[in-house]
Amino acid sequence: MRQNFALERLKCFLRRWGTALLIGLGLAVVIGWGYTTNPRVTEAVLASSVRQATPLVLGALCGLLGERAAVINIGIEGQMLLSAFIGFLFNVWTGSLLLAVLAGVLTGAILGLAHAFMSVTLKIDQIIGGTVINILALGLTGYFYTAGLVTKGKLLPIPLGPLADIPLIGPVLFNNPPITYITILLVFVVHYVLFHTRWGLRTRAVGEHPRAADTVGINVYMIRYVNVVLGGALAGLAGAFLTLEAVGSFERAMTNGRGFVALAVMIFGKWTPLGAWGAALLFGFASALQTQLQFFGRVMIPHQFIGMLPYLLTIVVLAGFVGRARPPAADGVPYEKE
Amino acid sequence: MVNKRELLFTSRRVASLGKGIWRAISVPVLAVLLAGIVGAVILLVSGASPIRAYAALFQGSFGSSAALGRTLEKATPLMFSGLAVAFAFKAGMFNIGAQGQLLLGAMTAAIIGFKVSGLPAYIHAPLALLAGALAGALYGAIPGALKTYTGAHEVITTIMLNYVAINITDYLADGPFKDTSPGNIVARTPPILDTARIPAIGNLPVGFIIALLVSGVVWWMLWRTTIGFEIRTVGLNPNAARYAGIRVARTLILTMVLSALLAGIGGAIETQGVVGRYQPGFNVGLGFDGITIALLGRTHPFGVIPASLLVGAMKAGSSQMQFSAGVAKEITDVIQALILFFVAAELIVRWLLRTRVAIEEGVKLSTGWGKQ
Amino acid sequence: MDNTIALEARNITKRFPGVLANDHVNFDLRKGEIHALLGENGAGKTTLMNIIYGLYSQDEGQIALGIDHSNELHPVEIHSPHDAIQLGIGMVHQHFMLVPVFTVTENIILGQEVTRGPSLDLRNARQHIRKLSQDYGLEVDPDAVIENLPVGVQQRVEILKALYREARILVLDEPTAVLIPQEVDDLFRIMRQLTERGVSIIFITHKLKEVLAVADRITVMRRGQVVGTTTPAESDEHKLASMMVGREVLLQVDKGPANPGEVVLEVEGLSVKDERGVDVLRDISFQVRSGEILGIAGVQGNGQTELVESLTGLRAYQKGQVKLAGEYVAMMNPRPLIENGMAHIPEDRQKHGLVLPYSIADNEVLCTYYQPPFARGLQRDQQAVIENALRLIERFDVRAPGPLVPASNLSGGNQQKVIVARELSRPVRLLIANQPTRGLDVGSIEYIHRQIVDMRDKGVGVLLVSVELDEILSLADRIAVMYRGQIVAVVDPETVTRAELGLLMAGSKIEETVNV
Repeated sequence: MRQNFALERLKCFLRRWGTALLIGLGLAVVIGWGYTTNPRVTEAVLASSVRQATPLVLGALCGLLGERAAVINIGIEGQMLLSAFIGFLFNVWTGSLLLAVLAGVLTGAILGLAHAFMSVTLKIDQIIGGTVINILALGLTGYFYTAGLVTKGKLLPIPLGPLADIPLIGPVLFNNPPITYITILLVFVVHYVLFHTRWGLRTRAVGEHPRAADTVGINVYMIRYVNVVLGGALAGLAGAFLTLEAVGSFERAMTNGRGFVALAVMIFGKWTPLGAWGAALLFGFASALQTQLQFFGRVMIPHQFIGMLPYLLTIVVLAGFVGRARPPAADGVPYEKE
Repeated sequence: MVNKRELLFTSRRVASLGKGIWRAISVPVLAVLLAGIVGAVILLVSGASPIRAYAALFQGSFGSSAALGRTLEKATPLMFSGLAVAFAFKAGMFNIGAQGQLLLGAMTAAIIGFKVSGLPAYIHAPLALLAGALAGALYGAIPGALKTYTGAHEVITTIMLNYVAINITDYLADGPFKDTSPGNIVARTPPILDTARIPAIGNLPVGFIIALLVSGVVWWMLWRTTIGFEIRTVGLNPNAARYAGIRVARTLILTMVLSALLAGIGGAIETQGVVGRYQPGFNVGLGFDGITIALLGRTHPFGVIPASLLVGAMKAGSSQMQFSAGVAKEITDVIQALILFFVAAELIVRWLLRTRVAIEEGVKLSTGWGKQ
Repeated sequence: MDNTIALEARNITKRFPGVLANDHVNFDLRKGEIHALLGENGAGKTTLMNIIYGLYSQDEGQIALGIDHSNELHPVEIHSPHDAIQLGIGMVHQHFMLVPVFTVTENIILGQEVTRGPSLDLRNARQHIRKLSQDYGLEVDPDAVIENLPVGVQQRVEILKALYREARILVLDEPTAVLIPQEVDDLFRIMRQLTERGVSIIFITHKLKEVLAVADRITVMRRGQVVGTTTPAESDEHKLASMMVGREVLLQVDKGPANPGEVVLEVEGLSVKDERGVDVLRDISFQVRSGEILGIAGVQGNGQTELVESLTGLRAYQKGQVKLAGEYVAMMNPRPLIENGMAHIPEDRQKHGLVLPYSIADNEVLCTYYQPPFARGLQRDQQAVIENALRLIERFDVRAPGPLVPASNLSGGNQQKVIVARELSRPVRLLIANQPTRGLDVGSIEYIHRQIVDMRDKGVGVLLVSVELDEILSLADRIAVMYRGQIVAVVDPETVTRAELGLLMAGSKIEETVNV
């Protein structure tokens, strides 16, 4: 009897995470081979993967905080873009990196508030609401942008002492700039909050069966608002990362679709923070590989085709995985108190 | 006996049509006004004069027959992407990929336009147009099939495909189809032959006329044909559609294909009527424009006409505005987003107008990420 | 049960746009009693209870609660379920308010969670639940996931939710809709146990027999008003029915004997698995002949929905054959079935049967829009569509201002009539009616029952699926009982008893089943 129970649990686990395990194993093999043949390049690619993954993780966390409460947010792209811009401006005006990051986070939160207002109170179709934010961000950043400005300083990597000296893992995980560290931390924080606290239980209830939550006295509207605003703050952090940690300046439409890729990351990660982290690393890996593929092959692949890689990967992921994963049951449906 | 009843019903229909039209346009009109006001505030905040800006905008779009011609020119591709988005909406699908579909249509028309020679104009031009339409249509089949058979939400797939389309057309314009004539370094195709051009009659672009005709065809298709009935039924209640024997999957894919076909035509006309070749970087952001226009036009093919004239006017007049009032062009993007916001926020606007909320377009777009 | 009052509702009035749901309602609940609130759909019972539970607020009137051990009443303001819970009022809704992917424990503690530091203290909660469950005789496994539990157990979880919050007043909204007769007896036993512990119960229902079986007092509502309060001793089914409806009610449909002809529907070995690989239909075989009504009885959730979906082309099946009028039927393709004489009145009229924003006229041609005279090739003929609607509105007595009115404007009964009109105005060989009178008023119910019997008399074969035993018993010529995806027996309504049916619906076998 006991054996059967354990077997059942194993089967259940495999069914949910089997594909992910397979991909992980495949990657481990590839990385292992890469390390033995060319350690420095492999390290560089992996380190780049972690950093490229950062905005994707943050975007995915933003998305899943909202969707766990049943609010779909496709405006992550716009949130990132505007926050990147505002953060950038703050840094140029004040010279302070910290204030700039905070400004970016605040911008994301405000846009989150706008999205919450449109989706929860006005009950506008959530896809349209997200699109509005995207268009607004594109328009505002385009209108107010002045060319030629550069940030005053950039957020630099902080090596974590002896940990940074461990071969392969060291430079990849323990020698990163602050926002990247914060992001990794946030993955675990969000996971804990979502699955082990009162707030998380209520959020998930609101996402699966809002009326049930309402009838036990939970304030569905407030939970949705808070989650979407917090998510917005995370998207803001992602924007700040782009200008203040990754690039060091602003360009029109610089987010380049990352906000949408983040949604695919969220779905691939089955709306869980840890899953999103894994998926983001995969996408980051694909992005990091782009530059390598250019130099590696004897055949010169046109750079435009390589540039397509993350977008094609997104489509493949969506096509392959969205059918198998279950979003929160009430996802996308505005709540009406009768 | 039946005649009297018929008469009563017909006159009631006319009356309710009139009421319906008022109800339909009141929201967009107010939305535009509100957006204009907020836009004026933004202009003031950034130190510009709204009056000078709006006046210059008007001058540049309607102030002369040349300006009017430019407005119509700009409005034409907008109409097609608006029609594309509106058409897809009717089946409950959100086609943000109009931009990519349009680009492919434009590129294909350009290729047929300069590669194929020896044909008379009355064959060459329609051929290029058709090729562009088909290219768009095929590109639209991809997200349609993905949505139907895997549940991948078309919002993301179409946006991704937009980026893919930009990359493909960039490559084609920079590689195999590049204009290799001496003195050309820009990545673009050679100009199309004259026989492929879609001319203008004075300042009136023929492309605009084609757009008007097409919107009529779209209206007829949606409300007077069995296919249109199927499309609308699937959009309003896919469960009931299935119950009634309508093949939902086939209808969804067909809708995306037709929607993308419309965008493809828009791209072809842009190449054949305006630019004369394929040049990357034109009309960026048109995917989103299409959404604004579709919603502003209440997702109705006839509503798309005034909506695209409005946005086209903004685009046409924006250079004038930049020139004489010193206001950056992008303010029109901001105003567009504001218009979209106010249109979407029906509740606010209707409350302002004290009209009752009706069930009208009950199309469900946000049904989450799974299969329908 | 003593005579102190636990709860009193005075003069409650509640208006919704277009309807007066509660009209100066007075209602009181004594401590330790089971007080049934009886009325048809739309009488205002659920509205009143939602007001008591804080989901709505009343426009006029007041609620007062009794204080223990005294005769005083304390007026209270209930603005939300939170307030109601604080005041000791618990509600078990008709449609369970349980999160399907959560465990029993998570559902019970939701909104009232105990924490240890920032974390949820699930261990503590589990213990508390086990204790409650033992005390009150409500067996549940705290770690089971709700969506895997049978309906009867889910209901126990709902009751435990209220008890966990120390409810002294329990409102049960149509609790027996989803239970078989034996489970209903279980529920009544639990209810009496609760009242012995001092809990007062309000029991909402539209089922006369239950009310007479378990209630201490019965209050009847009709059209938002209280018609009267009585006791089982002073009343009977006919009197209660008259109070509910306001006139003499025919509890049985007038019908002559059946005249079965050739087989119109033949089902052989039908087996269906759901998305999770669970068997929902197992080897189903039966026949329906022209001129007879075959009733499918069973509690909701035993495969009836999947059976109807498979037969009407809305669901794929893994094994089996279906023959309509002698021809084999392909899966997942409703159109040939419709063209071959199958009519389907669906279970959920708003989800499957109508496109609400469409006009009545368009809804009437939902299945035939592509056929002449409604269309020639691609082009539709609006005039023909409207004329058809006018004819049907007249023939089927649909109360509507005109054929172009959107279906959403109609009442439930009239919406159903639109569907019936559409389905019965085509040439029909087989009518599949799935819960055809759910949620309707008595007048509409009588009308639809009449239509079904008329169809039978005209030679149509009818497959009637219903969870209302009374409906099946009164209409069917033969009854097939479904339990867990199988047909466990086929019986004769003239000879079978309700008790026997109940046993069959619960999966037991009885000694004699008449194989008809």
